[in-house]
Amino acid sequence: MSGQTPWQTTGPFFHFGVLWKGAADLAGDSDLGARPDLTAPGHDQTISHGSSGRERVAGERIELTGRVFDNTGAPIMDALIETWQANAAGRYAHPEDNRADVALDPHFVGFGRTALDKNGAFRLRTIRPGRVPGPGNSLQAPHIALGLMGPGFLKRLSTRVYFSDARDNDEDPILALVPEARRSTLIATKEPGTSATYRFDIYLGGGRETVFFDI
Amino acid sequence: MADPVPYAREDKAAQPPPRFDEFKASIVRGPQQPLVKIPHTLTEVTGPSGEGVWDKLMGPPASDLTRRHKGEPLGERIIVSGRVLDENDRPVPNTVIELLQANAAGRYVHEYDQHDAPLDPNFTGLGRTVTDAEGNYRFVTIRPGAYPWYNARNAWRPSHIHFSLLGPAFANRLITQMYFPGDPLFPLDAIANAVPQHARDRIVARFDMATAEPFWALAYRFDFVLRGRNATPMEN
Repeated sequence: MSGQTPWQTTGPFFHFGVLWKGAADLAGDSDLGARPDLTAPGHDQTISHGSSGRERVAGERIELTGRVFDNTGAPIMDALIETWQANAAGRYAHPEDNRADVALDPHFVGFGRTALDKNGAFRLRTIRPGRVPGPGNSLQAPHIALGLMGPGFLKRLSTRVYFSDARDNDEDPILALVPEARRSTLIATKEPGTSATYRFDIYLGGGRETVFFDI
Repeated sequence: MADPVPYAREDKAAQPPPRFDEFKASIVRGPQQPLVKIPHTLTEVTGPSGEGVWDKLMGPPASDLTRRHKGEPLGERIIVSGRVLDENDRPVPNTVIELLQANAAGRYVHEYDQHDAPLDPNFTGLGRTVTDAEGNYRFVTIRPGAYPWYNARNAWRPSHIHFSLLGPAFANRLITQMYFPGDPLFPLDAIANAVPQHARDRIVARFDMATAEPFWALAYRFDFVLRGRNATPMEN
């Protein structure tokens, strides 16, 4: 037996180096996610995704946007968000999700990264995930796993994004573990006047503090 | 489908707390409410580790940081290698390791780094590789310099390399910093000190002549230990 390697903070200069062109566009061919503006001239080594075929990903295109606030209410402008999700049919692109009756999407990985901007805001383009199995024979409501890390964070904070217009949130086995009064902090709300843009603000304190998970 | 085999939980006696007041930036960035413990579902035990996924997302590996520009960087060339294991000492293959560091003068290429030290046109400080079937990895880089920061008057970060490990599962994501043995700044560092004392040596590399290359580079070994599982899951 060996002991777990301890976490250490990312520091302030971490996230610009782990983004790639399209890191925040999981279902399109844009460069969303790359931040060459953070890099000194001559040092942009941001990698292009090439012809990955992401624009051929199946599923309903959605956009996830929001802002992140520290526990005093000030926007955080230097943190990184990572997302992990199933494809539109509800299957993860991972060997352990070996359900033959749910199709993989050859163009979809399901992992995204987006760095906060000077207003603490982020934007991610993806597809609406399908439902995946939960404990026992339950089904989970559509959700995106989200990790938040950056300077001042001694380790990653982990949460989930659910969708306000999903019919299945009431039966979700993980949401059921969250005190009812705090469940709304995990539910992205549709932006007025848009067809598929969802807002998910993250608060580290105050009355609307987001629920973070011990996983 | 059967419930997935869960990963071990965070060893709270070895991991930093969410907030550590000596590290001032953490005071406003720790959640106020307790975390909600959830079981490991398919969401938590999966992650972006399929064969070739990393090349598809980010392009080919770049594990020699001294050969990413026209010329060679200034500084002491070093080899940093090791293995990624789980708590049961099983190798963890197909895990992406990303590396970020300052140059030999202690300066990052980030636009916001205002330290009065020169940039090196031949060194960016970014690298990436994927572990092999035995969990091995290897980087060639230069030894980073120490640099001052704003945590306290005359506070300096010890030389360190940031490492990010991702792949096997969303649950066992790891970002850490590797330090160098015998660094007099290490015991003074608020970030290193956030790790409980008994686990602090786990973030210090081992000087290793066996992997040094004569007339070329000295070497350090650094193994990563990710959260493990009590049983091996079935794969297709």
